[in-house]
Order: sequence, then structure tokens, then C-alpha cells
Amino acid sequence: MSELLVVNDISKRFGGLQAVSHLSLTVNEGEILGLIGPNGAGKSTVFNLINGVYAPDTGSVEFAGQDITGMPPHRVARLGLARAHQIVQPLGALSVLENCTVGACFGRENLPLAEARETAREMATKVGLGDRLDLIASSLTTAGKKRLELARALSARPKLLLLDEVLAGLNPTETEQMIATVRQIRASGIAILMIEHIMRAVMSLSDRIVVLNLGAKLAEGTPQEVAENPEVITAYLGDSTIMQAAEASP
Amino acid sequence: MWRRPFPWLIVVAALLFALVPYFTNDVGMRESLLLAAIYIILASNLNLMIGYAGYVNFGNIVFFGLGGYICLYLVTAWHVHVIVAALIGGVAVSAVALLFGTGILRLRGAFFALATIGVNQAVQQLVVNFEPWGGATGIYLSLDSYKPFGGPMQALWWMYLLIVLLTAASMLLSYVIKNSKFGLGLIAIGQNEDAAAVLGVPTARYKALVYSASAFLPAMAGGLYFFKSGIIEPGAAFNLEQSIEAIVMLMLGGAGTILGPALGAVLYEEMRGILLTTQYLSHFQLVIAGVLLLIIVQFVPGGLLGWLHRLWPRTRGWLQ
Repeated sequence: MSELLVVNDISKRFGGLQAVSHLSLTVNEGEILGLIGPNGAGKSTVFNLINGVYAPDTGSVEFAGQDITGMPPHRVARLGLARAHQIVQPLGALSVLENCTVGACFGRENLPLAEARETAREMATKVGLGDRLDLIASSLTTAGKKRLELARALSARPKLLLLDEVLAGLNPTETEQMIATVRQIRASGIAILMIEHIMRAVMSLSDRIVVLNLGAKLAEGTPQEVAENPEVITAYLGDSTIMQAAEASP
Repeated sequence: MWRRPFPWLIVVAALLFALVPYFTNDVGMRESLLLAAIYIILASNLNLMIGYAGYVNFGNIVFFGLGGYICLYLVTAWHVHVIVAALIGGVAVSAVALLFGTGILRLRGAFFALATIGVNQAVQQLVVNFEPWGGATGIYLSLDSYKPFGGPMQALWWMYLLIVLLTAASMLLSYVIKNSKFGLGLIAIGQNEDAAAVLGVPTARYKALVYSASAFLPAMAGGLYFFKSGIIEPGAAFNLEQSIEAIVMLMLGGAGTILGPALGAVLYEEMRGILLTTQYLSHFQLVIAGVLLLIIVQFVPGGLLGWLHRLWPRTRGWLQ
């Protein structure tokens, strides 16, 4: 497996807050890497540093063999790195299809409008929005908007997908459906870096997990290794019985 | 593009605009339609900024005024043909807008709006103190300038027809941009600029490009309009009131749509005509415009077309 994303020693400080300090991580092609950590651990900031929303204070980010440190977000997107936001960001007045068309038009394949519409239709259908293509994005439910984030990111035909809490706010049925969708995406060959709070989901989906605490890496390994790491259990999970519950369920 | 009915609609409307006053030889109608045509050009190009990209350009009239100045200067000082002069004016103002836009479009929301007012006022002051352009008194045309058209009467007709042509061009530009990848990117910026950037839309470049594109036709129209008037002076060229009126027209008809700004422009022109000729209301035209803007923004933010679209969602498809 070759390395797709190499984050090397990145840091970011906001005033007096050291949001991320000297973090390194690697995502290999075709794998799902889970990024977990308590609230405020700096997970979303890591995403913002990777896709160019912020430039890191130190370190470098390399994607598909290219140095993308400090590159503006739209150029990072062109290279095939797409993102689904934690706080959904629909282009409210546009339809579901149009939202996805934006993703396809300006994504990795840089498609002309007509072809982009086809890709958009395909991806929206893939995540289960096929029957709501002409609906205005702002009128979707929360679950619908989460799916739209995903469909829009997929429309860019990315090599790597950054998923920021796509399960948050979904009910159990919707969560199951979303987990199945994420599995399908990985099966289609797209690597995924995901932030997730729902332990059961992240443990079962991820190939490897990186645990972040106070902006620094606390642990890294397979879900099993991370779950058994005493440091993780005390610092992040607090109570080891939670992990046992997580392992018990599939 | 010509396979759709919409562009043909524009062509037919433009032909009616051009031919009806010509064949009825009705100069009064021509003058009133000319004003409407200018308004459509201003509102429609402003729509590219406000309606598509979501950036309120309060000082949009600077394009019109500067285009007028460049054109009249070239006609009087260099004896360039007015059509060529207007074209040069359009290109020059677009180029300046590209340069300015790259700078001021780093600002967002109200800060951008304020900056555009600043640009208009700064250019006005510059022109007031610029002697080759006649300073505060402006530039006057001699009757000789109309000779290439066979006299002032014919020149007025020519200018009218050319301005109608620019009106049609404005509408077609709105249509072409809206149905292009560029337009989709702009609308994405207008909806959520940060999300658009993450999706890969080159926001900075697109904003500067649309600012520049929205300057071209108004600048050309300014050239023809002030040539027709025979005089240009800073107060008339960089009249901020007209900028604000263009915003009212745009919001009245429906920002972001193609026909909306034109509809709003014609309605506003009619309303203005009625107000100006009504005894007790003649001084209240701008007051009423302001109140109208408040009402629209508060109660019908989508303007007339937006309201129609909401009433009958099916109209969204063909009445763009």
C-alpha cells in the first residue's frame, strides 16, 4: 500500500491556544483512518490544515506525492481531496443536483457542465438522494443534508475523502444506512480520513485509528490496539467499560 | 445556445424596442425607451455581481461614468469614431475593474459595499481634478462630432439603436453566464463562499472576473449615452443615486434571475416617470425608491420573479 496523504509535524496556534501541535499521520491508499479524540482536541483544525483552509505554522502536508502545504482550498480540491463538513454547508438556494454539480465541475476531473451533471446525478443516487434531485438543498432534513455533503464530495471523484462527523445528529436507522454508504465508498477505492464520535461506528469502519488529545497525538494503531491502550482509556474514554461495550457490538 | 427559446425571446424583445419607435418616428417614446434600456443594462450587469456572486456593488455607476469619459475624450481629443471609442472605453474600464477587483474583493459583505462606494467617489474626485478631461466642467461635444452619422438627428437614432443592442447583449451575457460552469461557480460563491472554495471553485479569480465582466457593457453604454447627450461632467457621470436606483430595480425584479432585472428596470422607469410628473411627488422619487427597497428586502427578497417562482414553482423552469 502506498502513502496517499502524509502529514508531517504540523502545528497551528490561535492566539493563546495551541490547537494542533507537532502532529504526524499517514493515510494509505484505499484505507479508512479514524481520527478520534475528545471535544476540542483539534480534529476539525487538522482537517482545515490538510485541505488548506488554514496554513500550518510548522510542518508539511503531502498529498499524492505533491507538497500541498499552504495551498489554497480550491487547488487542494482539484487534486482530488474532498471534504464533508461537520456543520453542513449546503448551497441553500440550489437544488441537490446543482450542489453536486458544483462538486463535479470543480473537482478532480474538472468536468464540463453537462458531464458534471451526469456524475452529480450518479453520486446523489449512490448516497440515496436519487429521489430528491430537484429539491432545494435548504429544505432537506439533517440526515438529507449530511448525505448531500457526502454526495457533493463524491461528485468531485476524489482520491481521499475527509469525513467530519457524518454520523452526528442521525438516528440509529440513518446511522446504519450511512455506515453502509461509507463502506461502499471505500469499496470503490477511495481512501477516507474520518472524524467520528460514535465509537461503535469508528471502531468497526476504521483500518487504523489516530487518537488526538489537546492537539497532539496520544496513540495510533488498529482499533483493537487503541481500545486496549490504557492511556487512551484514561485520557479519552475515561471509563474502560465503554470500550468493552463497543467491542461487544459488531 | 440558440436551440433554447430564451435567447430568441431576447432578440425579439430587442427588435421591438428598436423598431417600434423607429417606424412610428416617435421621439418621445424613443427617449423613454432609451432610459429604460440604460436602466436594463445597469441592473442586468449589476445582477452578475449581486444576484450571482452575492457581492453588493454600491458604486456600480463608476463603470458607466468612466466609460463615458474615456469615450468622449477619445472622440474630442483624438477624433476616434464613437463606436470604436466606446469599445475602447469598455475594454479599458473592464481592465481597470479587474485590477481593482483583485484588491477590493478580498473584502466581504458590508465592507465590500463600502469599498465600492469609495471607488466611485475616488474616481469622481480624480476626474474633477483631471484637467485633460475638463475638470469640474467636463467635456462638451461640438456638433461636428455627429457628422459621421449625417447630423445630430440621425446620430440620436444611431445611439438609440446601439444602446438597444447593448441591452440585448447584457441579457444574453446574463443568460450565457448563468448557464455556464463559471456561472455555477459564481452562484456557489454567492451561496456560501467558504464551502465553494472547499469544493474547488477558484473564488478569488471568479470574483475578479465577474467584477470585470460586469463593467464592460455599462462602460460602453456610458460612452454612447454621453455621446448622445453631447456633454459629460463628473456629477452626472458618477451619480451615486443612480447606483442605488440600479440596486432597487434589480431587487424589484428579482436578483439572480435573468429577466428580473430587466422587468424591474422597466417598472422603475415607469414609476419614476409618473412620480416626476406628479406635482406633489416630484421630489420624493428617491424616498419612494428607498422605501420600496426596504419593503422588498424585508418581505419579498426574491423580487417579482422570486415571488412568481414561489407562487407557481413550475415557472422556475422557463421564466428564468
